[in-house]
Amino acid sequence: MSEQMTGAQSLIRSLEAAGTEHIFGIPGGAILPAYDPLMDSSIRHILVRHEQGAGHAAQGYAAATGRVGVCMATSGPGATNLVTPLADAHMDSVPMVAVTGQVGAMQIGTDAFQEADIRGITMPITKHNFLVTDPADIPRTVAEAFYIASTGRPGPVLVDVAKSALQAMTTYAWPAELNLPGYRPVTRPHSKQIREAAKLILEARRPVLYVGGGVIRARASKELRALAEFTGIPVVTTLMARGAFPDSHPQHLGMPGMHGTVPAVASLQRSDLIISLGARFDDRVTGNLDTFAPGARIIHADIDPAEIGKNRAVDVPIVGDCREVIGDLVVALRAEADAGHTGDYESWVEFLAGVKKKYALGYDKPTDGGLSPQYVIERLGAIAGPEAIYTSGVGQHQMWAAQFIGYEHPNTWINSGGLGTMGFSVPAAMGAKVGMPDSTVWSIDGDGCFQMTNQELATCAINDIPIKVAIINNESLGMVRQWQTLFYNERYSNTDLHSKRIPDFVKLAEAYGCVGLACESPEDVDATITKAMGINDVPVVVDFRVHRDAMVWPMVAAGTSNDDIKYARDMAPRFDDDDDLEVRP
Amino acid sequence: MNAVPDSKHTLSVLVENKPGVLARIAGLFSRRGFNIDSLAVGPTEHPEVSRMTIVVNVEGSPLEQVTKQLNKLVEVIKIVELDGPASVNRELLLVKVRADAESRGQVLDTVQLFRAKVVDIAPDAVTIQAVGNADKLADLLRVLEPFGIRELVQSGMVAIGRGSRSISERNLRPVTIPAPPAAG
Repeated sequence: MSEQMTGAQSLIRSLEAAGTEHIFGIPGGAILPAYDPLMDSSIRHILVRHEQGAGHAAQGYAAATGRVGVCMATSGPGATNLVTPLADAHMDSVPMVAVTGQVGAMQIGTDAFQEADIRGITMPITKHNFLVTDPADIPRTVAEAFYIASTGRPGPVLVDVAKSALQAMTTYAWPAELNLPGYRPVTRPHSKQIREAAKLILEARRPVLYVGGGVIRARASKELRALAEFTGIPVVTTLMARGAFPDSHPQHLGMPGMHGTVPAVASLQRSDLIISLGARFDDRVTGNLDTFAPGARIIHADIDPAEIGKNRAVDVPIVGDCREVIGDLVVALRAEADAGHTGDYESWVEFLAGVKKKYALGYDKPTDGGLSPQYVIERLGAIAGPEAIYTSGVGQHQMWAAQFIGYEHPNTWINSGGLGTMGFSVPAAMGAKVGMPDSTVWSIDGDGCFQMTNQELATCAINDIPIKVAIINNESLGMVRQWQTLFYNERYSNTDLHSKRIPDFVKLAEAYGCVGLACESPEDVDATITKAMGINDVPVVVDFRVHRDAMVWPMVAAGTSNDDIKYARDMAPRFDDDDDLEVRP
Repeated sequence: MNAVPDSKHTLSVLVENKPGVLARIAGLFSRRGFNIDSLAVGPTEHPEVSRMTIVVNVEGSPLEQVTKQLNKLVEVIKIVELDGPASVNRELLLVKVRADAESRGQVLDTVQLFRAKVVDIAPDAVTIQAVGNADKLADLLRVLEPFGIRELVQSGMVAIGRGSRSISERNLRPVTIPAPPAAG
């Protein structure tokens, strides 16, 4: 099946052939030829207001649906505006394809108008990238891009296409096979490693399942639950894995890390066996590596061999897709159980249950009747429920949204974990809503984050993408302010945003064709959320005007040991096995 | 003899012969903080494949991380460590040495001794070509130094395994993957 057409037509045909249904993008000179056949395509193109919005929308779409998200931009500044989303997707293993226009092949290297070496720029922040100058290469390159983005450890792939290739006549032929001699991700775990892992699991007395985002990307939640319930081993889910295991499950200890729960952090620190599934021992989880989980042996399963042993030495490495790894582990442990071998974790589970009970997540309400941000987020989670999708940016609101919303399903919590990108939330919510139109999508955002990408409200209003935005407005760069409170003598250098005065978020929402609501007292929270839940024809923005001094607890200060976790300011929990569980000042 | 100290390792890296692949590898080393001592690239017996010989200094990060990160590059086909007596490694040196009528005889003796070769001659200088491992070339330079080294240029190391086997035999057969399903 080969047909004569322009390179631009071939590009759009190829994107259709790869299964693309939605593209987020903005046209411009170099990509212009591709936008003409796009008018006749089955693909719905959503015209955003900034390329960064296109990139984060593609991420949100991918994270909510598990399919490849696609964004498109022109050369030069269009392409460089995609750099942040590409880096974000690279850190959080989001399957995404970015298509950019490039100046004509003859002009490359001449510093032509709107020329930027986007392939060179994005080499370190993409899983792979391509520059296409021969129109005959377009279908194969698109096929390879989608294959690479969505297989193995998922990630962003950039396809840069010269304008001359888009304009030239070519033959379209979708490849039957791809030839990628250097790309062979291992998905089937080695059976010997599975046996070794099962042996360690049976020998352990204090094991913990350390679950990362890989479990969500591998669609392995069901298998994880089977493994956890069969063995009775406690579970912690990282920031990227919230929703991989139900928060309501009694074995769930919550999120580990810098702002993790005390029982989750304690379970890792006191563990004798960490079973890491699709996690990468990130510094935000381990704290100071030298004192991280000193007594634990490590089973590390990941589809990316380079993650294994990168930060922490490993006893049993397992390279493979998490769904297969966990499935095989269940089979191996069932066989052991049939032979009469089971683990004994009873006293460990009991100990952790005590820690969990003693150190439940909580927060102080402001004494002056002001609005507590944690309360807003807690009520939002309770009213919108676990079927909704939640996105966030980075900072205090992100941590509270990770802590105080009960997640029951994978792909319902979408945030910028690795890169920590302010401005992620609104466009990611837009992408998630496009991908999952029947789900309620709440963007939980900070007043600082929101002001970085709120122009996409226009995109949402015009294109019938009725997202809901909760601005947790503490009129400051809250997390930075928290560090200034704790580590810089309360000297608040450049963190005051005055966002309760400027801008007027309600008017801003209305100007963008959205419904704007405001709420500043605890009594109005439920009614305001309920009202927002009832508006489904246009986007809704709620300005929750919260008190500014709330801090995120618990906290392990950057670079310190997890053992030095603070439950609240100047409050360190005790979770030593021999001691009573007490708070020491 | 192998001239490579413990913290140094010689990697033979087969890569797809595509534009930008050198930039990818150089960029990877620089952003991960890996140190390259030398790097040589050239064609192989397969026109679609290039071979790089990279001498890495792994004082900071373990060799395993270097190879794993390299392997993640889509265009890297295969990595083989070529250290120790099971391989041969060579560098090429061109050096211009001061040599007038008086000292020329001694310089030429040295050339003979090291089985090097004179490739150009001028009234007051000779240009010497030498091939060998790093130790041998360092020794040669030490002996030539007193005569006066005017200019020198040295290639990166290239290395190959001993015996009849080829590192490229198995891995260069085309690997085909079904393309993503064409929709509609």
